[in-house]
Amino acid sequence: MSLNLFLQNVANGLSLGSLYALIAIGYTMVYGILRLINFAHGEIFMLAPYFLYFGVLIFHLPWWASIIVAIALTATTGMLSERIAYKPLRDAPRISVLISAIGVSFFLQNLAIVVFSGIPKSVHRPEFFTRLYQFGEIRIQSTLFASIIVSSIFLTLLLYVVYRTKTGLAMRAISTDIETSRLMAVDVNRAVSITFIIGSALAAVGGILWGLRFPQLFPTMGMIPGLKAFIAAVVGGIGNIPGAMLGGLILGMTEILFVAFLPAVSGYRDAFVFLILILILLFKPDGILGKKVQEKV
Amino acid sequence: MKKQNEKILTILALIVLGILVYLAENNLDAYKLRILNLGAIYVTLAVSLNLIYGFTGQFSLGHAGFMAIGAYVTSLLVLPPYYKEMIYILEPLAWPFTVIHAPFIVALFLSGLFAAIAAFIIGLPVLRLKGDYLGIATLGFAEIIRIIANNIPRVTNGALGIKGIPEFTNLWWTVGVAIVTIYIIKGLIESSYGRALMAIRENEIAAEVIGVNLTYHKVMSFTISAFFAGVAGGLFACLLTTIDPKAFMFVMTFNILIVVVMGGLGSITGTVLAAFLFNFFLEYLRPIEAGFNIGPIKIPQVPGMRMVTFSALLLVVILYKQKGLLGGFEFSWKGFFQFINKLFKNKRSSEGSAM
Repeated sequence: MSLNLFLQNVANGLSLGSLYALIAIGYTMVYGILRLINFAHGEIFMLAPYFLYFGVLIFHLPWWASIIVAIALTATTGMLSERIAYKPLRDAPRISVLISAIGVSFFLQNLAIVVFSGIPKSVHRPEFFTRLYQFGEIRIQSTLFASIIVSSIFLTLLLYVVYRTKTGLAMRAISTDIETSRLMAVDVNRAVSITFIIGSALAAVGGILWGLRFPQLFPTMGMIPGLKAFIAAVVGGIGNIPGAMLGGLILGMTEILFVAFLPAVSGYRDAFVFLILILILLFKPDGILGKKVQEKV
Repeated sequence: MKKQNEKILTILALIVLGILVYLAENNLDAYKLRILNLGAIYVTLAVSLNLIYGFTGQFSLGHAGFMAIGAYVTSLLVLPPYYKEMIYILEPLAWPFTVIHAPFIVALFLSGLFAAIAAFIIGLPVLRLKGDYLGIATLGFAEIIRIIANNIPRVTNGALGIKGIPEFTNLWWTVGVAIVTIYIIKGLIESSYGRALMAIRENEIAAEVIGVNLTYHKVMSFTISAFFAGVAGGLFACLLTTIDPKAFMFVMTFNILIVVVMGGLGSITGTVLAAFLFNFFLEYLRPIEAGFNIGPIKIPQVPGMRMVTFSALLLVVILYKQKGLLGGFEFSWKGFFQFINKLFKNKRSSEGSAM
């Protein structure tokens, strides 16, 4: 493999990885706070590019306005799903909440079939997003830059919110001990809602970038990226935000490089991703950046 | 109530069930029979998942993978060799599969056996993990099994799947397998093994301290659970007559998990009830999708409406019945007669007060 081709693949891996990172944040934040695998997150991710598509196509919004509306609508959906389906179950067995999340996932996916129809839609991208840049032998599409730059900005913002603001402090307190936080007058419901808004908004950004990169929309498009982003969160250490970013990048890189180096077995790409997940779980069960939690007797 | 009498009652109940199955097989149309068959297959799947999750407390999301193994093993065994040569268009079938041929019952048993072997190999390292980590690792293995099935066209016909599998499955098979599954798993739970499994569920460290061999019991529970999932996969293949890797995505496992939780964790009675309700609702919501009239208002045909209603229903049930339909309730003859007695006593006392 020539150096140029390798660099091209690294660039692709980085951009795919940054998308995974954006989605993985939502999983890891929700898991950190509620100990819930939010299986509906992939569907939240799927909604955003649809909102964008319809905003531009039906309501004739300019691109920038449509993107803002899409992110806002997706974040609202995420928050509402928590209010309706998870909040009443806060003291229920954890498995009930998980089933509720699966229910929300089925619901959103099929609602998308009803409202947006099951026929795949191709997104017409403005010229700005398909422009190619040439660096020596490497060609890079502008969406690739966009995904890397946009995700870096949002991830920095997120780190600021979580580690430098009062809301972030509340979130971290809840993830350590929800009961004690309540006793310390932390508004748990508000913090959880904000967590869902942030997670869903980041997933929306990821979804929009995804839709511009792979311009075909269908109601089940969130399932596999959602699952992979969750794996990224586990690989990085679930509940850990920098871990989710690292896990996303590792996963995106691995996928692209696996296909690049072993094109003969490219069909096994996803199997390889799962194998890495299992190996990491076996040898470092708390993920790369996760902290070891001592079990109390 | 004596043990002896309970046995007689159970046998009587089985005879009644046999008569019902006979009547159903002879009187119901193919569509209704398929729903009942699916219900019974889901009973097998959910009861076996309940063994590893509900009773042993190990969060396993690998059932779809074990089903896939069972479905492919059965299909490859029951299809006649000349037919197999015909349908493998992408690449010819690999050697041993071109000649092997076995009756349905042998195929089902081997399905279970292969699924169990896979579970043993997977379970040995993975069952050290706990909680959600175990769930996601087993889900990963199930997906790996599916991806492998997608990538070995010489055995599985790849993404095209296998078509024209003989329709051997009928209510005798599905209900029979479900009863055998319940019988064996109930027997296991009520034995000393079952006590060990439940001890692991309640507190792993405490169980280990009192001398329960964790690895041995977890792997055993996982393997047995996978065995029945494999058998159910075989029944599934011979009911639908066509299988492909997409049928065994993780959504399949979610369906089974929904049945287990809806029925109430650790309750076999609830699981059976939920398995049938799940399939009934899934099918009888079809009219919603086809369009209908409410008085003068005409609701047009909307594809996808059935699943929207179904998932909304699912959410309502889980929000209002957080511990499943039956909680931890389990059917027993003793409880049954106490219930009947109570009913009559209430009647008598109310009659008494009326006079």
